[in-house]
Amino acid sequence: MNSSKLLRATINKNSMASKYINITLKIWRQKNTNAKGGLETYSLNQVSTDSSFLEMLDQLNEQLINEQKEPIAFDHDCREGICGMCSLYINGRAHGPETGTTTCQLHMRSFKDGDTIYVEPWRSRAFPIIKDLVVDRSAFDRIQQAGGFVSVNTSGRTMDANAIPIPKADADKAFEAAACIGCGACVATCKNGSAMLFVGAKVSQYALLPQGKVEAKDRVLNMVRQMDEEGFGNCTNTGACEVECPKGISLENIARMNREYLVSSLTSEK
Amino acid sequence: MTSELEKSQLIHQNSDVISEVEVKASIDRFLNNKGTKSVDHFHKRLGLIMWNKVGMARNEAGLKQAIEEIAALKEEFYNDVFVPGAANEMNPELDKAMRVADFIELGQLMAVDALHRLESCGGHFREEYQDSEGETLRDDENFKYVAAWEYQGGDATKANLNKEALNYEFIKIAARNYK
Repeated sequence: MNSSKLLRATINKNSMASKYINITLKIWRQKNTNAKGGLETYSLNQVSTDSSFLEMLDQLNEQLINEQKEPIAFDHDCREGICGMCSLYINGRAHGPETGTTTCQLHMRSFKDGDTIYVEPWRSRAFPIIKDLVVDRSAFDRIQQAGGFVSVNTSGRTMDANAIPIPKADADKAFEAAACIGCGACVATCKNGSAMLFVGAKVSQYALLPQGKVEAKDRVLNMVRQMDEEGFGNCTNTGACEVECPKGISLENIARMNREYLVSSLTSEK
Repeated sequence: MTSELEKSQLIHQNSDVISEVEVKASIDRFLNNKGTKSVDHFHKRLGLIMWNKVGMARNEAGLKQAIEEIAALKEEFYNDVFVPGAANEMNPELDKAMRVADFIELGQLMAVDALHRLESCGGHFREEYQDSEGETLRDDENFKYVAAWEYQGGDATKANLNKEALNYEFIKIAARNYK
């Protein structure tokens, strides 16, 4: 048997056959920010194991609407793992049981027939619940805004980015930091509700590149100040954020942010 | 006498007020509709019509059917859609209902536009307009314009056609194919 035939045979035998499962869901319902919330129980039958976790929630919402009940509010947008909108604490883990995936990339084949699945919103003082499973993550936007601009000419005679020499190692590290989609899984996972992995990634992305060096000192000071003002906790080097981050952002970024912060505090003239 | 500027400001203010009243009425209509089917139900049915009859390859008969089917779907949507929740809270279903209402109008307009253009042009293939080898046939004599459809209320079949001529100064118009 040649390798492609073998592969096809293996696929047919093991995985691709779609099947249907029946599940019980315990989902956090909360009318608005100030209302008291609680877990509600739902039964959902005939869930295709090929559907994503969000498609399963769509199916549940369709069922609720058909019963003239109010559907469950949850965040979603691109549904291909890049926008950072989907969230959800699933069975006690951010983005569910798989590693390196967002909730939209989680499929129902990760669950078994008869499973009870707990679905909760991100929980953090800095992320108030708006409704059901939707939280307000605008604190992240304000931290980004506090970071300010990068001195790059974007109109008229722009410089070819490839004309600026950047060591390969730095470019790779900046790229890895830039992979952060700002979903907030790090904050939701952290026992201190710390946003340091997120802020570390954003600070590193620019601090590593020559284009970002001009405002680097102000940037780290302003972003850390905003982070503290938003009520995020501190880092105690547990490392849970790195484990649950769907984009595998490394703790190294927190260390880099701390170095940048220290140097900037000592040398900033403002 | 009011100046031109004042006049335009007045018109602007009036249209803002009219828009607000219309949007509020549409929100109230959805929330009080007491229908039986979800917004997604109608969205998917619209998608199926578009996919089957207003897709990459389309023909006169299919487009005419699509226009009628969308008109029927629109009536059913407004009569039978169920939108839960209230207006002054986060309400994703209401949000979706307003969008799907727009998609229905736009989908129908796309079919109307495709039907009026008696040529195969751009990424779309009118099955009636192809050469003996199955390549697209453009008609630059009669259709070298952008069709700017003017809104005449919610009915896309009543939209007004404005032709914006395409005048090429440097390129020569010629048939294009991949041969």
